[in-house]
Amino acid sequence: MTAPAYQVRSRRSARPVWKERPAPAYQSIKALVLGGFAIAIIIPILVVVSTSLASDKDIIEAGGYVLWPKHPTLRAYGTLFSGGLMGRAIMVSVFVTVVGTALALITTISLAYATSRPVLFGRPVLLLVLFTLLFAPGIIPMFLIVKQLGLIDSLWSLILPGALGAFNFVVMRTFFMNVPQELLESARIDGASDFTILRRIVMPLSKAVIAVVGLFYAVGFWNAFFNALLYLNDTSKWPVQVILRTYVLQGKSLSADQLGVTPPPQPQSLQMAVVVVALVPIAMVYPFLQRHFTKGVITGAVKG
Amino acid sequence: MKAKLPFGVRWRRDWQMVLMMVPGVLFLLVFFYLPVIGNVVAFQDFQPYLGIMHSEWNGIQNFINLYDNPDFWDALRNTMVLAGVQLLLFFPVPLAFALIVDSLVSNRIRRAFQTIAYLPHFLSWVLVIALFQQSLGGAGFINNLLRQTGLDPIPFMTNPDTFPLLVVGQLIWKDAGWAMIIFLAALSAVDVSLYEAAAADGAGRWRRLWHITLPSMRTVIVLLLILRIGDILSVGFEQFILQRDSVGPGAAEVLDTFTYYAGVVGGDWSSGAAAGLAKGVVGALLLWGANSIAHRLGEPGIFQKRSGS
Repeated sequence: MTAPAYQVRSRRSARPVWKERPAPAYQSIKALVLGGFAIAIIIPILVVVSTSLASDKDIIEAGGYVLWPKHPTLRAYGTLFSGGLMGRAIMVSVFVTVVGTALALITTISLAYATSRPVLFGRPVLLLVLFTLLFAPGIIPMFLIVKQLGLIDSLWSLILPGALGAFNFVVMRTFFMNVPQELLESARIDGASDFTILRRIVMPLSKAVIAVVGLFYAVGFWNAFFNALLYLNDTSKWPVQVILRTYVLQGKSLSADQLGVTPPPQPQSLQMAVVVVALVPIAMVYPFLQRHFTKGVITGAVKG
Repeated sequence: MKAKLPFGVRWRRDWQMVLMMVPGVLFLLVFFYLPVIGNVVAFQDFQPYLGIMHSEWNGIQNFINLYDNPDFWDALRNTMVLAGVQLLLFFPVPLAFALIVDSLVSNRIRRAFQTIAYLPHFLSWVLVIALFQQSLGGAGFINNLLRQTGLDPIPFMTNPDTFPLLVVGQLIWKDAGWAMIIFLAALSAVDVSLYEAAAADGAGRWRRLWHITLPSMRTVIVLLLILRIGDILSVGFEQFILQRDSVGPGAAEVLDTFTYYAGVVGGDWSSGAAAGLAKGVVGALLLWGANSIAHRLGEPGIFQKRSGS
């Protein structure tokens, strides 16, 4: 089997003979560009994480921000997780992410599997999905429909509209089309139903793509900010991202009452802890799935 | 090509898979096609208590109102300016990154850079702007540093004049690394023997870049340009709604935020919907136009006949 064109080759283990050594000037420009960009990404994240871990004394000494905490403490996190508004927000975000991702994966996998084969109604359904890539219905009609369905102030308003992403569908379907058809045929001859084939043969072969698409969905649900702003008025149902906006970007301070703890830690470390809470789940799953990204994205882009 | 089987036979064979399509199709109908139809409120004097069914039709009055509304023109102008700046300053960056990364010999450095560069794509806009605010904001650590060294703080985050640059900076920070992926893939698909042959013929690195690398990537570059043009009126919604308070609507009001503030916040549902619909239709037309121009120029573009799908 030849490798598909989109697989990124690791062809540069050694310099090809025909390729000249780069001049020192080019080499330094490259190092400057790449290094500068990498540092610009890492420093803000580092400062935020450090400040969230810093003790009150560290923060006062440094005059606000800490690059490296001398007396690390988890006090800010203890406060956040002790309940109150932020504790509830974390629960909401986790719930929406877990339920939403599960639902979206079920919808996407079954639809992608069915349309990946020459199936009755497959063609029109496929066109139905692909059309959504070209046009967006708009904010107002979306809001009116969600309202009409009675989902305002319900967490389902964050979950249901995200239950199928056309891009993720395309990635999944492309992958399923590359599963050897003979395998499916022989399973069918052995009397397996389509549900069995999907569950016992196709899905085990597609773990990588399911993981990537699952990550894309999970990130989407975890990061959703605007839907919550649009559909949720009830502050007790706010997810982490809206808390982040209200108490970090808009600078409203969390009162001791909302935190459920007195006296509260330094506002800076608390704010940064909110930022880190929004950041950590992503930073945690990211390294495990990173090696699958390229393939997933390219498959989607090429066939989409 | 198999002969078409009768419907009954196909149904008995396929009913389970048809069943599998039901949740997805239901979702599309409720959360995509129903809202698309819901765009009719753009042609109504929509009253929430009357609903779509009982609100009065008023033809294109809402569009005429938009035409007379200076706020709408401000939003449109901001959108076009920001789109232009993004196209000019953002679009080439991932390509440049990809070219540099691809030229690296060390696999370890490549991978390290890719890992770091992809990460911000997965952070939410709220988080990205929070990070920018904590770094560049009035009380952020850079200005803290400036103050401690006795210099005047610089209002990076609140200056409407430099706002387009700030926005592009944020976009580059968040997505330039991620956008690099597709260029990298295109680069890795270039036939290495072409470089070898060119080198044997005495072509230096710049000639190889110009005569082999860039032509090989033309299809991908054109494809991404087309997609970008189709999306040109969506300059980024959350990014602007989050910064509208600190910079002011004069600089940060774009078509999407106009729709939101006029419709959902201001209660003028019909104007909001009209602006949203106009934006959606123009976007689709631009996409189609850009694609047909690409076809004329002999590029595959999108929507070509695909084999095997």
